[in-house]
Amino acid sequence: MTYLAKPRLHHPTLATNKVGYTRRDYEGKISTLCAGCGHDSISAAIIEACWELDIEPHRVAKLSGIGCSSKTPDYFLGASHGFNTVHGRMPSVLTGANLANRDLLYLGVSGDGDSASIGLGQFAHAMRRGVRMAYIVENNGVYGLTKGQFSATADQGSKSKKGVVNTDSPVDLVAMALQLGASYVGRGFSGNKAQLVPLIKGAISHGGAAFIDVISPCVAFNNHPGSTKSYDYVREHNEAVSRIDFISGREEITVDMGPGEVVDVRQHDGTLLRLRSLHPGYDPGDRHAAMAHMQRHQEMGEVVTGLLFVDPLASDLHTALNTSDRPLNALGPAELCPGAEALARLNASLR
Amino acid sequence: MSAVRPPEGAKAPSGGSEAHEVASVGVIPIEAVNDFVIKFANVNGSGSASANELFAKAILRMGVPVSPRNIFPSNIQGLPTWYEVRVTEAGHLGRRGGTDMMVAMNPQTWDADLAELEPGGYLFYDSTRPLPPSKFRDDIRVIGMPLTEICNAVYHDPRQRQLFKNIVYVGALAILLGIEPEVVEKLFGEQYKGKEKLLASNVQALHLGCDFARENLEPLGLRVRRADKVGNRIFVDGNSAAALGCVYGGATVAAWYPITPSSSVAEAFQKYCTKFRVDPATGQHRFAIVQAEDELASIGMVVGAGWNGARAFTATSGPGISLMSEFIGLAYFAEIPVTIIDVQRGGPSTGMPTRTQQADILACAYASHGDTRHVLLFPEDPHECFEQAAAALDLADRLQTPVFLMTDLDIGMNQRLCAPFAWDDSVAYDRGKVMSAEELEAGRDFGRYKDVDGDGIPWRTLPGTHPTKGSYFTRGTTRDAYARYSERGPDYIYNMERLLKKFATAATLVPQPVLHPAAEKTELGVIYFGSTSPAMHEALQALEARGIHLDALRLRAFPFPDSVVQFLARHRQVFVVEQNRDAQMRSLLVNELDIDPARLVRVLHFDGTPITARFIVEAIGTHVHKTQASGAADTKEPA
Repeated sequence: MTYLAKPRLHHPTLATNKVGYTRRDYEGKISTLCAGCGHDSISAAIIEACWELDIEPHRVAKLSGIGCSSKTPDYFLGASHGFNTVHGRMPSVLTGANLANRDLLYLGVSGDGDSASIGLGQFAHAMRRGVRMAYIVENNGVYGLTKGQFSATADQGSKSKKGVVNTDSPVDLVAMALQLGASYVGRGFSGNKAQLVPLIKGAISHGGAAFIDVISPCVAFNNHPGSTKSYDYVREHNEAVSRIDFISGREEITVDMGPGEVVDVRQHDGTLLRLRSLHPGYDPGDRHAAMAHMQRHQEMGEVVTGLLFVDPLASDLHTALNTSDRPLNALGPAELCPGAEALARLNASLR
Repeated sequence: MSAVRPPEGAKAPSGGSEAHEVASVGVIPIEAVNDFVIKFANVNGSGSASANELFAKAILRMGVPVSPRNIFPSNIQGLPTWYEVRVTEAGHLGRRGGTDMMVAMNPQTWDADLAELEPGGYLFYDSTRPLPPSKFRDDIRVIGMPLTEICNAVYHDPRQRQLFKNIVYVGALAILLGIEPEVVEKLFGEQYKGKEKLLASNVQALHLGCDFARENLEPLGLRVRRADKVGNRIFVDGNSAAALGCVYGGATVAAWYPITPSSSVAEAFQKYCTKFRVDPATGQHRFAIVQAEDELASIGMVVGAGWNGARAFTATSGPGISLMSEFIGLAYFAEIPVTIIDVQRGGPSTGMPTRTQQADILACAYASHGDTRHVLLFPEDPHECFEQAAAALDLADRLQTPVFLMTDLDIGMNQRLCAPFAWDDSVAYDRGKVMSAEELEAGRDFGRYKDVDGDGIPWRTLPGTHPTKGSYFTRGTTRDAYARYSERGPDYIYNMERLLKKFATAATLVPQPVLHPAAEKTELGVIYFGSTSPAMHEALQALEARGIHLDALRLRAFPFPDSVVQFLARHRQVFVVEQNRDAQMRSLLVNELDIDPARLVRVLHFDGTPITARFIVEAIGTHVHKTQASGAADTKEPA
């Protein structure tokens, strides 16, 4: 599928949004991820959110680190500039890009390996700096590109594809984002588009650092010996991998849940994920309550999804730095260079 | 010991201490006018820095060039610190070596400070607490002054007693050496403009020192005499100059992480931006400065800003370069303008954090994994720090690549007398090949990594430029000329060879080396660069006086322009003078120009102090005499 060109033709009656674009205009290249990968569902949700928000695709800058998730910016918003940076260090590059031109919308896409391990520091500091962006972590708990090592968000006691038991506690990026001062914090599930699209729309529209952790099951590497297809499947699958790097496709996992509902989702490896959608009466304006709520349900074995916290009046790094309204990359010598006369005065003061 | 009159009135210290001078029989004290080295030995944190700088500036105001150097430990306070001032009417701005007068204010370093004095030199010390004769040397002149006692008699606040002790000794030295106190007073006036109370108390302290010296001490053989040798030169440190160059060069984004000796670059950038770049109408800033969480983030921000069309820089030192290397490789391969100011210090590892070296040359020239080559600029003084910082921003944009300004602690943190900063208002910034929406609309073929002009430099577009044309995906992986992901060998080779071609183009754009021909025709040459410059110039004169003639070439950039190749071709043997252990510049010359290493003779100074003319003269002189004695035409290198 990687080498197939995407057909350019599309139905002439496709609906356009207020800025005159169809959904197709928000697509990118054909994904090279495994069929059924949750990340592709997230890409689809980003496409949907941007279309619905009437964003001009070229006014978005999409940045990522390295890894499966970080490949995805190539698969949406083909008319935007994209930047695959280095592993875990997307936040700093995005920060610099944002400082250079505050007029664009910044979409940071990362993975759990990218953000919770090598990039934990950069994730933390981007949150505390209040860099205006929608920071989406596509969280599957494993390293896909290097074939199945644990990431730092993997649950304690979970088993890798090779049967290794993870003894470390997981990093909870949502809890960290809340603590570090992110002004928009949510958690979604890749298969719950009805919830995810509005979450992303809210993040893009937010005036400060917006973070969404999206649980996104990995088709290929979240097996463990308890799985119905465990040992035989792994052997067979490994053979396939060593020959042609083929990973069998699965159906995309989707859920449909109403506000306040609890749904058990069976993942590709047979394990259950218990999702709880936030109740309609939940107040997302209280950071401390959000942290307590999330932790309480975590102890019950549930993963809370939805918009956990938002500060609608949040400001960003530009506000803190009192930066010019005009983008810094648009300023010319007249605005930047003090000139020869000022230099002569300066020279005089140095004698 | 010949006792002299005690001070009088309110200034009079009570108790047993007294001013005294000691001169050993048979020792001829050094006599010198406008040509000596005075060194202040202080305790870090005692507030001596501004007093010592004041001393140097006063001499400068009398028209006599000075070359001061801070020599300080990697410590907050309590440890020794020195400030050395070379008074040099001849204008030699390198370190000379040796000390003619020691102002010994640190008991901890007494023995070492004393030992450093040249025979016939002068020792000035606080005689409040008498010292036994065994604490002095026979071949020097000792001047004792009860500084603590004087200050204790006048000031009650302990901090004032400490701080004004420094001003009091400046006052005494002014009288002893012939520095006009009015000049110092005028400097105070400028420093404490609008702070009348501070001004008055400093002037009072100055006069305490002056009066005491006039009444109790004899003038020295070392004298400062008014001259007219400073001209319109300015006195400034390289870090401030580099920061100002970034302001003039149009840098709008600075991201940095504190590290000695580079921190003051970012701090000065902040200061100058606050002065020059605040919109008077709105109060908004035309700059963004972020103190990042580490060096990785600081270079990451610079990469992001450069990618998005802002001129951006970071300032760091060796350990920071190590941490930044991955991003530097990304910027090289993805072709993003990045300016890095590397204020070098002693390495490897934490090395000597507060000492100077030129030891990051190879680390910067080839930073990151894979095949990389980076543009390096080598300023010789603050003037060039300014000029080349601005030029680095232009070059980075033009070449779409990292550009390093390779300064060091010696230039960066010491005030140096140099030509005034100059700026031509008619010069526009070189933003390089950035394709506009109009050009894209007009149908210009845009292939991000296509070499359309034959110089190896492709065109780029900035994010957000055009709704349908011009967007591309930037990545550190291989791509084709249209920025499409590719792992095809030919695409990779096209890219890598184009990057080489771009590097060759860089050699035509970087500052050219400066040639100083010898007075007589010679087959010997010398190559040097950066902060070695002033010591080298003095050494060339001294060598010439000994009949050793050398054509001298000061490198100002890597890649090496053709003129470097020609210089090497013209000389049978070339000394390469540098401040590191492994002859890194020599290695770069050998590696890049494929030259016979035997023709390049190492002259290496790497103890962390700035190289001196004495050292260069000794090293080159010895080598030349040795080879002349052996009669060998093609000499071997010294071991």
